[in-house]
Amino acid sequence: MKNGKVIETFDLTKNYPNQAAVNKLSFNVKEGEIFGFLGPNGAGKTTTLLMLMGLTQPSAGSAKVYGIDPVRKAREVKSLVGYLPENVGFYQDMDAVQSLGYIADLNGMDRKEARDKIIEVLNTVELSSHQHKKVGAYSRGMKQRLGIAEVLLKDPKLMFLDEPTLGLDPEGALKLIDLVQSLNRDRKISVLLSSHHLQQVQKISHRVGIMIRGKMVAEGSIDALGKEKLGVGEEEYSLEEIYMKYFKEV
Amino acid sequence: MKGISAVYRKELSDHFSSYRFVILFALIAMVSFITSYMAGIHLKESMEGMAKPKFAFLMLFNTTGALFSMVQFVAFFGPLIGIVLGFDAINRERGDGTLIKIVSQPIYRDSVINGKFLAGVTTISIMLVSIVLVISGLGLILLGVVPGVEEVGRLFIYIIISIFYISFWLGLSILFSIFFRSIATSALAAVALWIFLSFFVSLGASVLADMVAPVNAQGSERTEATVRNIRLKQFISLFSPMSLYTNASATIIDPMRKTTEALVLMGPMEKLSAGRFQNPLPIGQSILVVYPYIVILIALTLVCFAISYLVFVLQEIRT
Repeated sequence: MKNGKVIETFDLTKNYPNQAAVNKLSFNVKEGEIFGFLGPNGAGKTTTLLMLMGLTQPSAGSAKVYGIDPVRKAREVKSLVGYLPENVGFYQDMDAVQSLGYIADLNGMDRKEARDKIIEVLNTVELSSHQHKKVGAYSRGMKQRLGIAEVLLKDPKLMFLDEPTLGLDPEGALKLIDLVQSLNRDRKISVLLSSHHLQQVQKISHRVGIMIRGKMVAEGSIDALGKEKLGVGEEEYSLEEIYMKYFKEV
Repeated sequence: MKGISAVYRKELSDHFSSYRFVILFALIAMVSFITSYMAGIHLKESMEGMAKPKFAFLMLFNTTGALFSMVQFVAFFGPLIGIVLGFDAINRERGDGTLIKIVSQPIYRDSVINGKFLAGVTTISIMLVSIVLVISGLGLILLGVVPGVEEVGRLFIYIIISIFYISFWLGLSILFSIFFRSIATSALAAVALWIFLSFFVSLGASVLADMVAPVNAQGSERTEATVRNIRLKQFISLFSPMSLYTNASATIIDPMRKTTEALVLMGPMEKLSAGRFQNPLPIGQSILVVYPYIVILIALTLVCFAISYLVFVLQEIRT
């Protein structure tokens, strides 16, 4: 990794038989920042995330995650990156400790290390009091927090969070967003946060990127984008206004 | 390797703690227990006051006591074990959204399918070995005969063949679970193929053979026609894993069976020797007789798994 960029993509492209999901995408995420990854449904955000982890092969272009090419060394990338998929699933008849135990196993942690780590992450996401309840009985907010716990288990340097607050009640969403912010601040984990909740994104993101139809139409800090699109002089720009402006232009 | 062993351990514990497995195992254990018990009683009665035949112990497995023998039972219902263990292996995880989570961990993607297949094969092996051991114990009590070295060897080979046979169906149902997104569809497809290959191929074989090589000539040509008809019938039935397995296992379990060919197809000398020499075959010769069947069965299993492997590794996983 050079010049403090944890993610760099160079004309990353993914074509599906009927359409181009990602079209010559070039952007970067800097170390230690929360990058708000915005865009309408079907803009190619998830496809981009999958390509960054080597789970999908790009049709053209390339990407580097911590200087590693995910196409060639997917396993190395995946040990640095924690991914929380949209609508993350769990084995319904396991409890939280068992779920986390399986993830620890897959990451090759030994038993003792895993046990300590599981207790630690359950505390971090405040699920310790529910650790022996079956995941099937969890509320959506608890599931989402357990998903974060699974991501944290492998001590990631970078987190990909795909719609983490989707379907959460306002309080749960706020709690989750605060958790993400504190993880970024205290543990120096860089975050790529894809979300439709623009106010939440605005609250915690250092920079944002707006992706529409497979292209990154804007990338930068909210202030910079606001100045560019809405003109100088405003005290605080609303991300929503900026987003709508870009959206109408395309 | 750590990926495979993690998936393997998880799947194995899933298998053994699932109701599905418990029900299946109870059913199979019960049926095979009853089957061999009936066979044992039957054998005991017919051997009353006579010198014990040479391979009395093996007869426990291939004597038709009540409805069918143990060997026939595994041939019929073994596939169901494989199907039940594998039909939702991949598509359930896909539907639950757990598959993407697993493959985003630092493991090779093939670890998932390898671990699942190996866990299934282990479950099958444990099931078969324990059933054969239970029946053997039953035989010791009922018949009072102790198996010799050769009988143990034959049982061992029988178990190996059976494991491959059932693993073929496991591999096939895993393949369907990769192809079909819906669990019901993959289960139905596997069961349909099982019924087709096991029952309809042998039925269809006679129909097809009668159509292609009908036996309606008279005189010396009639023999020729019959031979052709039967050859064709046998060839077609080789497409059924069940007939492969039945032929192979029956010959391994029964030392008196010397060929898998129909009597009609034998030449005069062969018939003569078959009639004249009534001694059992040594184990090595029995294996030699069914060697091609065993090889095809193993090849089928491996090909089936290889296809699942390729499809899974090349497929895009989004959920």
